[in-house]
Amino acid sequence: MEQEKFDKIEQEITPRTPYVKNVLKAFFVGGLICTIGHAITYFYIIFFDFTEKTVGNPTVATMIFLSMLLTGFGLYQKLGQFAGAGSAVPVSGFGNAVISAAIEHRTEGFVLGVGGNMFKLAGSVILFGVTSAFVVALVKLILVSTGVIEW
Amino acid sequence: MIFMDFLFAFIIGGLICAIGQVLMDVGKMTPGKTLSIMVVAGSIISGLGWYQPLIDLAGAGATIPITSFGHSLTQGAIAEAQKHGWVGVLTGMFEVTSSGISSAIVFGFIAALLFKSKGKVN
Repeated sequence: MEQEKFDKIEQEITPRTPYVKNVLKAFFVGGLICTIGHAITYFYIIFFDFTEKTVGNPTVATMIFLSMLLTGFGLYQKLGQFAGAGSAVPVSGFGNAVISAAIEHRTEGFVLGVGGNMFKLAGSVILFGVTSAFVVALVKLILVSTGVIEW
Repeated sequence: MIFMDFLFAFIIGGLICAIGQVLMDVGKMTPGKTLSIMVVAGSIISGLGWYQPLIDLAGAGATIPITSFGHSLTQGAIAEAQKHGWVGVLTGMFEVTSSGISSAIVFGFIAALLFKSKGKVN
């Protein structure tokens, strides 16, 4: 009874998540970040002769560089509070997770602080990305060598 | 049509971020869990061969979201597996993706040198 009462009161007090508004914010900010990335893509294709296949790498690096500046001046965190997944899902959000952890643990020294904590937030992305890539590639290799599918 | 190109980047990129927001709000997931799921999803979609068409359509709209991280890891592993078989699955993984991780590490270190912590924002 007590627990039920508590749950009921808690439900009334907590503000409702504005689902539609949040999704729209994420859509526009995320879309905007990708559009900026696309402009960088064109920049590298036109001025540095990258092809459409190879241009992904310098674009990602540039986005993370921009993310470093924004994170350092505390602007990316503000953007994240507004946009939610809109700023977390693009690769600049991955950069932000690494860079903000590095800045935050600077006071604990460079080896144990920065080195040890840099991937505290972003490490899970690397772990699951690598593991699932391993499994997917392995499954595909098995399917190809048994003749079920082609490469 | 250069305008259409940017429009597709905006729409596809925005949609992927909107899916992430739905996972966070409706699925009540932490950002870390959401990103992990999206990376795994990207890797599976890539294994099925559907991610490259998305990049051809949307350009940076598909390469900037974190799903492309799973895609390039998988493509690296598959490309090496084609050449060297079993061993290639392990050795090829970072061949394509390296730029995201290496630049995050380098810029993270530079940022630690340049900037001071302003305290936690959240």
